[in-house]
Order: sequence, then structure tokens, then C-alpha cells
Amino acid sequence: MAYKSIDKEDVLFFKSIVGEKCTIEKSNIEVDFSHDELQTISGYPDIHLYVNDKLQIQNIMKYANQHNIAVTVRGSGTGLVGACVPVNGGVLLDTSQMHKILELDKDNMTLRVEPGVLLMDIANYVEKVDLFYAPDPGEKSATIGGNISTNAGGMRAIKYGVTRDWVRGLEVVLANGELVSFGGKVVKNSSGYSLKDLMIGSEGTLGIIVEATLKLIPLPKETVSLLIPFENRTNAIDAVPKIINGHTLPTAIEFLEKSSLKFSEEYLGKKLPNDDYEAYLLISYDGSTKDSVDYDVEVVSDLCVNQLGAIDVYLVDTEERKKSVWSARGAFLEAIKASTSLIDECDVVIPRTNITEYLDFTHQLSEELEIRIPYFGHAGDGNLHIYFCKDNLSDDDWLNKTNIGFKKMYDKAFEFGGKVSGEHGIGYAKRAYLKDQVGDIQVELMKGIKKTFDPNNILNPNKVI
Amino acid sequence: MKIVTCIKQVPASSNVEVDPVTGVLIRDSNNAKLNPYDLYALEASFSIKEKNPNATITAITMGPPNAKSVLKEALYMGTDEAVLVTDRRFAGADVLATSYTLSQLIKLIGEVDIIICGKQTTDGDTAQVGPEIAEFLGVPHIPYVIEILEILDDKIVVKSTYDTHDEINEIKLPCLLTIEKSNLTPRLPSYKRKIKMKNYQIDTVTLDQLNDKNPKHYGLNGSPTQVEEIFPPSNEMKSKFIEGNKETLAHELYKILDENKFL
Repeated sequence: MAYKSIDKEDVLFFKSIVGEKCTIEKSNIEVDFSHDELQTISGYPDIHLYVNDKLQIQNIMKYANQHNIAVTVRGSGTGLVGACVPVNGGVLLDTSQMHKILELDKDNMTLRVEPGVLLMDIANYVEKVDLFYAPDPGEKSATIGGNISTNAGGMRAIKYGVTRDWVRGLEVVLANGELVSFGGKVVKNSSGYSLKDLMIGSEGTLGIIVEATLKLIPLPKETVSLLIPFENRTNAIDAVPKIINGHTLPTAIEFLEKSSLKFSEEYLGKKLPNDDYEAYLLISYDGSTKDSVDYDVEVVSDLCVNQLGAIDVYLVDTEERKKSVWSARGAFLEAIKASTSLIDECDVVIPRTNITEYLDFTHQLSEELEIRIPYFGHAGDGNLHIYFCKDNLSDDDWLNKTNIGFKKMYDKAFEFGGKVSGEHGIGYAKRAYLKDQVGDIQVELMKGIKKTFDPNNILNPNKVI
Repeated sequence: MKIVTCIKQVPASSNVEVDPVTGVLIRDSNNAKLNPYDLYALEASFSIKEKNPNATITAITMGPPNAKSVLKEALYMGTDEAVLVTDRRFAGADVLATSYTLSQLIKLIGEVDIIICGKQTTDGDTAQVGPEIAEFLGVPHIPYVIEILEILDDKIVVKSTYDTHDEINEIKLPCLLTIEKSNLTPRLPSYKRKIKMKNYQIDTVTLDQLNDKNPKHYGLNGSPTQVEEIFPPSNEMKSKFIEGNKETLAHELYKILDENKFL
């Protein structure tokens, strides 16, 4: 579908809405705004607009809808599937300057924010008043708008769920410029279809999130992690369901393996404490009192050492210790990126009981295709982050091997009832695999929804479906 | 070879209360942890033991009875023994009285080859206790050690770091080392060691068991330092906006980093 190219008249209009300073014309657009964090998908917009309020967004959308101009929303650009890349040109609508925290309602325990507020700023803001926004995706410089648009997950998903579970209400500008409000401060809502939930994870294809009301809870005062070494990968991963069944509820269960850990250690120039083992689980507990957390730690330590074959259980209790362990875990993506010229990723989620078999398959595939495939994962929720590394491959070989490799990886995940994306979304890069996963009937349903929200298909075209 | 490692329980956060009369920290066992520098001191002790398996490590601390928790932590990390020196008459000790008390305990333990301290604590921050213990014991000491290079029968070779240079020194035993944070990552307390040490009784030593029993040499009485005020350091954040083209920004940033000694 052809979209209108932006001409001088359009530029004048956009300048009249957002101002001269917030209008970046094509020749001045920085390369950073033609791709996302992963850089595998690229495309320049015709114009880059920094918006400051919802009225500006309404006016832009009304105009774009009337003139058939494609609009792609962008927050911090930390996505990994090309969702914020304007593959059809048009307007890049940048919400990063809409970063005000609008209202902290302590009685209803909600926080109302603009879409460009960074995840780290939300955490800092609410924790100062002993409140807690639990979703914890690794990328803390992502915007909340981006988090909602991908239904970002993060490490605390086993106990606290994902972004969706923490969004009470959304204000959205539709494709035609109308402003609508879905949900609100209410805790329950059985009033018709949940359009709020349809917006969450829609990756900028159904509307533009201009305000969000987030749920908060009291801040857990105590957090402790445990670093648990095992003889091998299989022993570590097979312990996970039993730990979750063990009547303690961890906030996170991460899986670390020596072969991937070494990238982090080299990247940070620091070693993980007690790093002589093949595989580890890194488990966290939180709670309102030290006694309750200590109890969980005692129960799970006993279980791991006496029943699940753990070599030992190491206590990660102070700030220094947490930093020494979690910085190694947190640096994985950056470390893997730094180890090669280009990476592409697979963010599958599978039932946690199939992780061992799936990782065995990944190792076989790595040997078969002669391509390096490091990985790490949220063992507690079955969401794995698997990276193909280009290393010294030619461009043709890289394309060929990733096409074959990803297809096999996803097909294997589907065998187990897995899904294409646990938390990064579909964007541009994973569309074909989504179709393989859900089939024609569901794709048609999704297309119908898209058409209802955006009949002219101007919002983030060629994404998701 | 006998190693003694001095450790201390410190407040876990900088939000601490101070006694308005004595100017002494009011210690709260719920807000306490092992001094972060001592993690490196312990790790250095373990690295000596790894090179010299016959070595034994004894962690010692001076403090109230609940300071046993940091000794337990040291045992779970890997020390063989742990001793607490505690007495109400030790309360309010400054650097001098603390060093003296610890040196008395080390004399009581006897035949120690290497005494290891963290560079400093995060509450007192003086970095003087280690060297003063060495003076009281009449043994040589080397501060800011980042690596144990070699252990021989009657001496060890260590690498220290200073602002301007690194130094490699050979030092005769017995000696005292203070350990600076380094690239070594301190090991974590082990659950299996906790189970193993379940019935271990931490030795408790009081003033009456020390060689010098004169109470005037200990605690507030033995402390010439007068503390006028204690307050947590300001954590105020200052922001500065720099405008200009890329070259100016890079230049200004470099200048700021350089001025603040980050380069």
C-alpha cells in the first residue's frame, strides 16, 4: 500500500503543531532513528516529530489519517524486533519528551504517567515513597509506552506477572485523532470487551498510548537472592518446576551457564563470585519482613541441596553481593553484542518443563549450522533469549543460516506449545513466525481488529501481522 | 601457617542514628552487615589458604554480642575459626582503643603469621586500625594490597596499589596486610558450610581474659579522640547542562571527568 510522501506543505503543518525545534526534516535525521537497539531492521522516516502533549498527537493523527501518511511511534528505541522502525517512511512520532509523572494516588495505589517516562524513573519515583511497580524488564531505559506496547515481561514475572497485569487504564489517541480512555483507576472491570488489554502488546498498530495508569503495591522491604550451582544444565533446569512447586514463591528464577557467563565476565572485567561451576540458577525472594524471606531461603536451600542435586547454595544478601551477581546477569545482552559483529535474537517462550530439551536442540542446531548461539533465560517462566552471532560469516551465509535456524527454532518451540515472543514482541522481524504459530484464522481475526481501529492502515504499517 | 582476619559489623545503610551526648553511632542489629572491604580481606585470606592448604584462618571481630552474625558469615564463607572480643567496657572505642583491643586479642591467639584487615570500614572510614594493630604488635605492615603473589616459608610477596603507582613488596612474617578492593570477586556465604558449622561455638573473649586488664586502655576511657559530630555524607546530586556542538560537548565532558579524577 502506497502512502503519501511528505511534502513542504505537510512539513509546514507539522511545524505548526509541534514547533520548529521539534520537527526534524529528513536530511537532518540521525541514523539512530532509522533502527532500534538490535539494528537488524532499518528504515528512515520522512520526518521525525518530538511531541509534547496529547493534543499535538491528536492533531498529527487527524492530519495523517486525512492525508494517508504512515505514522510510527517511538519511545527510547530499545526494542529488538524493529517495531519502532518506520519501514514505510512517513512520520516518526517520538514520545520521549512526554516524560512527566502526572499523579501518584496513594489511596488508590496508582501512578498516572505520560508514555515517555522511563522504566527506571518510575521505579525510583515510587520506591522513594515505599511503593512498588513490579515489572522488571532488563532494559531500564525503555519508556513505559514501549513497555506497554510490547507487554514487556522481565525477571519478576513468576511472582508478579508482566506489564499487562500492572496497567489499570490507558488513554489512547486513535488513528483518526480521537482521544479515548480505556480502563481507569478501578481494580475490577467486567464492562464489555477489554480494549485496554487489546492495546497492551499491540506495538503501536492500534492506537497511540498517551497516558497510562499503573497499579502499585507496597514495596517489599527485603530481597535476597541465591546463586545455586549445579553440575550441568540439565540438573539446573530440571530443578526449576520442583522449586516452584516447593511452597515458596520466588520473584525470579534465572538460568546462567558457564559458556554464556564468560561473555559477561569478559565484558565487565569482573568475575561472578564462586564461578567454578557449569550451570547455575539465580533465584530471588522478596517479602515485607526479614523473617519471612529467611524462611523461604531456608526451605529452598534445603530442597536444592538435599533433593535437587545442587552442589551448594550461595547467599546473595547485601548490596555488594547483589551487584556482583546481578551485574553479570544484567550484562548478558550487551556482552553478547560486544562479542560479535551482529546478532539476531529469538525470544521464545515455552512451558518450563521443556526447557532442557529445547536447549539441547539449540546446541545441536548450533553445531549443524556452524554458527555460535549463546543464550540465557528466565528459567522460571520458560522465556529464553537465544542469540545468533554473525562472527566471521559473510552476509549471504548469515542471512541463509539465520533464516534456516530461526525457522527450526520456532517450529521446535511450537511443538511444545511455545510462542514466538515471550516479551520482546513481533514487530517487523517476527511476523512470518507469528503466522506459523497462530495460523490463518487467528491472523484474520487480528486483521479484522486492526481494520476496525485503523481502517486506513496508517499506524505502524507492516508490523505484527 | 596461622592467619587472623579482622572483620567488622557496620551499618547496612547510611541512615544511622547518633547518640547526641557521646557522638557515638547507635548500632541497630537489623541494619547491619559485614564491612564491604572485609569481604576482600577474607577473599585474600582464602587465596593464601588455596596456595598453602595447611593454613588456618581465624576471623576476629570486636563488637557487641550480636556482631557474632558477621563471624558466622565469615565461617560460612570459609574461615576455620571465629572469635568475638566483647565487653561493655569496650563501648565507644576510637581507632586507638579498637586497634589496641584487637592487638591484645591477636596476642592471646598467639603465633599468628599473617594478620589481614580490610583497607577501612564504611562507618569509621579511617583506614588506620590495620596499621595501628601492626604498630601495637611490632610487626611490619603493607597497606592497599590487591594481590598475594607468592607465599614463602618466612615471607610473602604482595602487590599494592596507590594513586600514582603499584608496588610489589616482599615482607617478612609475621606481618599485617590491609586489603584494597580489587578485581577479585569475594565469594558468597555457603549453605553447605552453614550446615557443617551448625554446632560450631564461636569463642567469646572478654577484657578479663586479655593480657592487659587495665580498663583505662579500652573503650571510651582509652580513646583520646573527641567526636564532635557524626552525620551521614550528603548524597545531593548536582546537575549541569552543557550545550554546544559535538566537539564542545566532548571537550567539556572530558574536562569534567578529568577535574573529578574519573580519568
